[in-house]
Amino acid sequence: MIKQNLLALQIVIPLIAAPLCILLRRRALVWGFAVLVCWLTFGISVVLLRQVLETGLVSYEMGGWAAPWGIEYRADPLSAFVLLFVSGIGAIVLSSAGLKDTALDEIPVSRQYLFFTLYLLCLTGLLGITITGDLFNVFVFLEISALSSYGLIGLGGRRQALPAAFQYLVMGTIGATFILIGIGLMYMMTGTLNMADMAERLVMADGGRTALVAFGFLTVGIGIKMALFPLHIWLPNAYAYAPSLVTAFLAATATKVSVYILLRFVFSVFGVTFAFETLGLGGVLMFLSLLGIFVASTVAIFQTNIKRMLAYSSVAQIGYMVLGISFASTTGLVAGIVHLFNHALIKGGLFMAMGCVMLRLKSVDIEDMAGIGRKMPFTMAAWAVGGLGLIGIPATAGFISKWYLIRAALEQNWWIVAVMVLISSLLAVIYVWRVIETAFFKEPSARAREAREAPLSMLLPTWVLVGATLFFGVMTSTSAGVAGRAAEVLLRVIP
Amino acid sequence: MTDHTILRVVSKVILPYVLLFGLYVQFHGDYGPGGGFQAGVIFAAGFVLYGLIYGLAAVRRVAPPRVIEILVASGVLLYAGTGVLTMLRGGNFLDYGALNPLHPAEGQHLGILVVELGVGITVASVMIAIYSTFAGRGRA
Repeated sequence: MIKQNLLALQIVIPLIAAPLCILLRRRALVWGFAVLVCWLTFGISVVLLRQVLETGLVSYEMGGWAAPWGIEYRADPLSAFVLLFVSGIGAIVLSSAGLKDTALDEIPVSRQYLFFTLYLLCLTGLLGITITGDLFNVFVFLEISALSSYGLIGLGGRRQALPAAFQYLVMGTIGATFILIGIGLMYMMTGTLNMADMAERLVMADGGRTALVAFGFLTVGIGIKMALFPLHIWLPNAYAYAPSLVTAFLAATATKVSVYILLRFVFSVFGVTFAFETLGLGGVLMFLSLLGIFVASTVAIFQTNIKRMLAYSSVAQIGYMVLGISFASTTGLVAGIVHLFNHALIKGGLFMAMGCVMLRLKSVDIEDMAGIGRKMPFTMAAWAVGGLGLIGIPATAGFISKWYLIRAALEQNWWIVAVMVLISSLLAVIYVWRVIETAFFKEPSARAREAREAPLSMLLPTWVLVGATLFFGVMTSTSAGVAGRAAEVLLRVIP
Repeated sequence: MTDHTILRVVSKVILPYVLLFGLYVQFHGDYGPGGGFQAGVIFAAGFVLYGLIYGLAAVRRVAPPRVIEILVASGVLLYAGTGVLTMLRGGNFLDYGALNPLHPAEGQHLGILVVELGVGITVASVMIAIYSTFAGRGRA
């Protein structure tokens, strides 16, 4: 029964657990339950990935209605890979919530059970987007994850959290509406909502202007959701003022899943020929991503709130992913997909370390962080390793992404792009070094003098993520290998 | 609104019919227009009307926030639980036919009825919760 329904269970387990958290209500009970559920979900995604790598494709008929009439859940190497790291990071971040003396203290006690409910709902939404093979289902899960993340961001303790959540709500709703309009137009054109079925019919339909408009709405909508420069304005505030756990989870997963939607729509539904040869999407994406990388990295250098700085860095990193995609070559796609995974680990680890800092300093301002390296050596060492990954130093996961990215650029003889990737890494050196210098080499601030090391319950998950960036920086066969399979499937090198 | 006798009396007369109509839309949804979502909204409208005339405290006495919160969760659980039951009986998730293997059509009928009830419960309690949250702003 379990094996047969594996694809459904991936979604159903966190979905059922979310309302149960409201019924359980007691903090210790809810925490234990939610963490267990998250690890169970992760376990399922591991089994699923192994199945997919063996058989190539796993499909499931919701309610016993066969595709293309019913809703189909389907996992190919790309979706299984995204499921794996989304559920994995979901589990690791939530494990650090702990029972006392944790980042959970940023959220009022009376609302903590709601945090767990929203967190699980958000996880359900993100996993659902990834696993479904039905276009309208993508929209439904998109709304589940988005609505719960507005709530999660609003739980932040500071006053600015609510305006930040509201701004995200407005931008996110515009994005979701655009996506829905796009899906609606495509449905009108083909009469189907199943992705695989639609891909076949789009070729025959020769949609003309309708296809063009649908494609436009979809790319702009998804662009807002994944915070592609210049549609990123909701992101810095949302990440800066959300509770640390929420930031770590969302920064590592939410925008990545949006990039996944882009890959799905462009490569699996519309097809490479239509998007890149007929419409020239590659040029647009390349221009915007390079612009985003430089502008966002430069803005990051001048931030005083370090969570905000990392948020701008996220906008730049989305640029690297999209840059990889814009080549529309196997190597470029591998670069984009592997960077989804690597950046999820790196940013997850960095924001978790910021959660430790926030717990001890009650601030993430760079002035307050002066000299913190001596009081919290393990936290800041983790931050430093994560920062090196962000720059792309060899033997970290970030290096692998940049390596593939530069190779993809050189394959097409775009020397300028390769050089620009290298130069932009220097900008990352500046903003990462600024924090390391302040933390380790400056006289301790008033707050830093009072601080002590973060509890093990938070350090351990942080180091698991940071350790993973080192592991996947050396053992690339797993991450880049799966990304390679995913890229081949997307480009239909193997059917 | 203690001095608006007409409003108080008329709303008292209407209220049972509003709730009854909600239940009608809920359970007649199989045969006519309707279903859990519409029914939930109509049912909750009865509570909102009661709140507008008799005040928020009266609504909170009939529908305590804690109970409403539990109902929000249990509607979803009823829906998803039906799906789990079908999986336990060897079908796919939400394959209602598995509820009654001898007569799959009847299984489908029963399944959709229970699932819509779940939708109705959650929608009605969410509507009441939204009303009571907004009406209670600045007072709590």
